[in-house]
Amino acid sequence: MSADWAAARSAFRLKALPRSLVSGGVILGLSLVLALWPSLLAPYDPTAFDYSALLAPPSWAHPFGTDNFGRDVLSRVIHAYTIDMQIAIFATIGPFIFGTIVGAFVGYAGGLWEAIFGRIVDATITFPFLVLVIAIVSVLGPGLGNMYVAVGVVGWVFYARLVAAEIKVQKRLDYADAGRVMGYTPLRIIFRHLLPNAITPAIVYWVTDMALAILLGSSLGYLGLGAQPPAAEWGVQIADGKNFMNTAWWISVFPGVAIVLTGLGFSLAGDGVAELLRVRR
Amino acid sequence: MPLFSFVIRRLLQMIPTVIFILIVTFILVRLLPGDPASAMLGDRARDADVERINRQLGLDQPVVVQFFYFVRRVVTGDLGNSIGLKVSVSSLILQRLPVTLMLTGMSALIALVLAVPLAFIAASKRERLPDSIIRGAFQMGLSMPVFYVGIVLLTVFAAQLKLFPVGGYGDTLGDRLYHLFLPALTLALSFAAVLMRNLRASIIEVMNAEYVDFATAKGLRSRVILFRHILRNALISTVTLFGLQIGTLLGGAVITETVFAVPGAGRLLIDSIYGRDYPVLQGLTIALAVLVSLTFLITDIVQAWLDPRIAR
Repeated sequence: MSADWAAARSAFRLKALPRSLVSGGVILGLSLVLALWPSLLAPYDPTAFDYSALLAPPSWAHPFGTDNFGRDVLSRVIHAYTIDMQIAIFATIGPFIFGTIVGAFVGYAGGLWEAIFGRIVDATITFPFLVLVIAIVSVLGPGLGNMYVAVGVVGWVFYARLVAAEIKVQKRLDYADAGRVMGYTPLRIIFRHLLPNAITPAIVYWVTDMALAILLGSSLGYLGLGAQPPAAEWGVQIADGKNFMNTAWWISVFPGVAIVLTGLGFSLAGDGVAELLRVRR
Repeated sequence: MPLFSFVIRRLLQMIPTVIFILIVTFILVRLLPGDPASAMLGDRARDADVERINRQLGLDQPVVVQFFYFVRRVVTGDLGNSIGLKVSVSSLILQRLPVTLMLTGMSALIALVLAVPLAFIAASKRERLPDSIIRGAFQMGLSMPVFYVGIVLLTVFAAQLKLFPVGGYGDTLGDRLYHLFLPALTLALSFAAVLMRNLRASIIEVMNAEYVDFATAKGLRSRVILFRHILRNALISTVTLFGLQIGTLLGGAVITETVFAVPGAGRLLIDSIYGRDYPVLQGLTIALAVLVSLTFLITDIVQAWLDPRIAR
């Protein structure tokens, strides 16, 4: 009892928060501000051409330089936060919710459902994730909307697997029996009682999955299958600048730094959340 | 003998997986807006051509019949013909897949060479400065998109320092290894990060195992304990990880090959998308998925062989 109390108290003191959660949280907080209000900080219009400053190197007027259309790279990197943070959330929230619900049912029902689900998992992980997503996007047509569909079709399986495994453990515990004896419906037992105790791994995975979503989104943008030019998106920007790497490295390098930084924010936060929830339990 | 029956059981498990792979790839092409023939031929297609392709693909038959035709063709190794390149898809795949296998093999090797010593240092200096630095490096490695790493390495080591070719693929084996080194390194960096995290954890776990205490108590030299006891057991989980990561590695190969213009299966996949060459896209998706499930099979068997408890 006293150990629980100490753990709960320390979890709510800022000093005791995992360091990775704090640093990840700061990075993500700033990213979110940039994503929501890009115009506040971006000095120029991200799509405005300036033919008097083509391929200009970094300077006071253009801290990250300009690209081959004279567009300000800093403004484009900042405006890209809107799209890339949106990718991080939209590409993962659907799989998270749907996968959690399916996983909860499968884990609780067991038997035949579990066997069928097991086969689906086995078969899904035999497709290289990126290859399957690329194939689906190319069939549906390039663009962010179709990318979300493609990621969703594949991604829910991983959440469902995590939740199903946890529910399977939880449903054998005494409190689940107690719920059944009380005459609660399976729905109520699953969602009110078991799921709150079973969802931790899925939440931890969700945070790190957002980092993967940004890598995937920018990769598809780079390949021309994700966000479409002239939209400012980091992968698209890197693709725009790749032919100028020898003469104007700044076009591609700065968006890349933004990807690494944001990805780092999510993976640090993921580690931190894992640590925090482990302490609490 | 348990190993033998384990292998048989695992082989039987592959059957539903392969059927599922075929169903998914069959549906995939069916998701094309309009009929596949018009999609393949583009806007300027003549009706006669559309009809011919539709008949060629068996699209005038009911869906279930079509599926069985499809399965019969695939099982006999007939994946259709490429629309753009006018050759059979299976010959294209056989020509391009070895390049990708060599690329992924090389990068797995590089990743292992990078990850094993670093994981050891991190595990033995746990929670101290070297561990923090190494863990920071693997967090970075995980956050770097493959295409970005590729472009940066290409610019620095090939275009500026001229240490490596800018892209392509050689003719002799030595030349090929030389051409593939940078792409393999690109692919290896993120894989090394995953590998290192896993190895570090399993080395720490093994170090705390009783048999290591026992070996120390017996007075074995620390180098013997390190290689014979710790490393060997820690590598078992690496075999599993390799199996689980092969899909990610192949996905990374698609991007690396595009960045470095390596004529492998990944590059072929992207080309088939740009060229709307759907038979190639479908054939490659099947081939890559089958490749992954074969890798699962092999890693499972290797694991059962390393640790006989698994086969039971």
